[in-house]
Amino acid sequence: MSLLTLDAVSRDFDVSRPWLNRVLEGEPRRSLRAVDGVSFEVTSGETLALVGESGCGKSTVARLIVGLYAPTAGRVVFRGRRMQMVFQDPYASLNPRWRVRDIVCEPLRALKLQGGTDTRERLARLLIQVGLSPEDGDKYPHEFSGGQRQRISIARALAGEPDLLICDEPTSALDVSVQAQILNLMSELQERLGLTYLFISHNLAVVSQVAERVGVMYLGRLVEIADAAQLFARPRHPYTRMLLDAVPDLDMTGKPRTPVAGEVPNPLAPPAGCAFHPRCPHANDRCRTERPALIDAVACHAVAERRI
Amino acid sequence: MILEVKHLRVEFPTRHGTLVAVDDASFCIAPGEVLGVVGESGAGKSLTGMSIIRLLEPPGRIAAGEVRLQGERIDNLPHEKLRRIRGRRIGVIFQDPLTSLNPLYTIGQQLEETIVTHLEMGKAGARRRALQLLAEVGIPAPEARYDSYPHHFSGGMRQRVVIALAIAAEPSLIIADEPTSALDVSIQAQIIALLKRLAQSRGTAVMLITHDMGVIAETAQRVAVMYAGRIVEIGPVRDVIHAPRHPYTVGLMGSIPKIVFSSKTRLVQIDGAMPRLNAIPPGCAFNPRCPRRFERCLAERPELMPAGTSRAACWLHEPAHA
Repeated sequence: MSLLTLDAVSRDFDVSRPWLNRVLEGEPRRSLRAVDGVSFEVTSGETLALVGESGCGKSTVARLIVGLYAPTAGRVVFRGRRMQMVFQDPYASLNPRWRVRDIVCEPLRALKLQGGTDTRERLARLLIQVGLSPEDGDKYPHEFSGGQRQRISIARALAGEPDLLICDEPTSALDVSVQAQILNLMSELQERLGLTYLFISHNLAVVSQVAERVGVMYLGRLVEIADAAQLFARPRHPYTRMLLDAVPDLDMTGKPRTPVAGEVPNPLAPPAGCAFHPRCPHANDRCRTERPALIDAVACHAVAERRI
Repeated sequence: MILEVKHLRVEFPTRHGTLVAVDDASFCIAPGEVLGVVGESGAGKSLTGMSIIRLLEPPGRIAAGEVRLQGERIDNLPHEKLRRIRGRRIGVIFQDPLTSLNPLYTIGQQLEETIVTHLEMGKAGARRRALQLLAEVGIPAPEARYDSYPHHFSGGMRQRVVIALAIAAEPSLIIADEPTSALDVSIQAQIIALLKRLAQSRGTAVMLITHDMGVIAETAQRVAVMYAGRIVEIGPVRDVIHAPRHPYTVGLMGSIPKIVFSSKTRLVQIDGAMPRLNAIPPGCAFNPRCPRRFERCLAERPELMPAGTSRAACWLHEPAHA
């Protein structure tokens, strides 16, 4: 049973110049399609990761799901009780003037989950759950390191007892040893509380450690979605292959690396056909004109035609 | 040796006492060699790099040690003389290409200025050389991009321009401080390849400062691991990655996520966090987090000592202990 369904969700942003410029210079309105017809499902209890480079629309998808943006087209269907979000920057997402107890208990107040005496007990439980101590509730965010702040964010997200947690790059602002602590904490919590995660990251290695399924996004579109083990062992879309090739090789096996040419095109003027065709070594005329649909979980003409 | 750093110590005097941000750091870099300096934020890796060219924010100061560039001491030079070394003999690449370029000048102007300042060259010659440099760092159609402003460029292209600026005067040493951390992984791979090629073809020594062990594995020949202001391990990259000798390096390597084909694994984690500079414990700075500590670690601070092909600052490697 899917907990969350996205059905051909798109989101446009108005990036027109100011009204006076448009009138005087005769410029039309311009819009940027940040998310373009994305469909996927998240099953209860799993971790689905969305990966892609900056500007591919993965964070916009997160914001569409939690309702921070309304979709321009398509539907987001959530069948759970509640969802919460963990943000990337633990320095910007905690109010520096609030004590930790007020930050963590804010969802309880906002959602009117309870008042009175057992709030304190609940706070203590939440803080212990994320590896902090109950006394930390009296402190302010600046007294904590980045990793501890991210623990506070997670405690706050758990306060509302959500079944779905949207994590937007939860560890990319952290040092690698602290990242390991947070990733381990997140999988422990998932096991213990039966949480479902939508995990957004640009880091493929991190994703391979936490996710059961992975969706790859490029320029607002979902280009491939598959089980993590399968995606990393046998990537199908040329963009997925390129991303995997670009991951620095820590084992220094000396594997030959396909040089990655070019950059992500300007999303204001996306290329016709497949958005990846200018960088794709397998592109042909069809790729340049006809946009590939997601068939059998991969959006690529070359794969569909069995050319690669 | 292009660069020799001996017993470098950087201090920040504060109202509550002196903080030692870099403590007794010694290393050297040979021509054409890339030395990686890795560590978590606050470990002192950037400060080590910046103190070589004395770009320390006051009140930070070099309290002890010496820095030699091609045999000549540069840590005690007057500012005017040091200014002529920066850019000319030592090029610097910073993390954020947007803040290291002037938004009000075209990239052509910025390159020409650098070339004319450091090399004896006329305007026409400088332009020719600037175009050559842009081509060398992989800017397509340099003629057409010459009069563009930094905001016309993408992040990766800007970082290429910054690299062109750094190599403009053919420096013998490049200090690259997190050169790829602001970039996407596919662009990161391009910039790493470029840095490597430049170091090899020009015989430039490179000090590559980064928190990303993957970048070091791809680029550097040797690596120095820093923790709480000290170098705790230094050695050939391959050995440090595959057979780390210091317990901190062991933990650091274990905590780096790798691509795994069976989903869901637990990462090795080092509990706790690096101590703040005002609360560095006595003895080995890593001892409160170390799974292998013994009495001596609590009392005495270990110096770097031979450990296999590397050197590690850990009492485990003291001959008497083994």
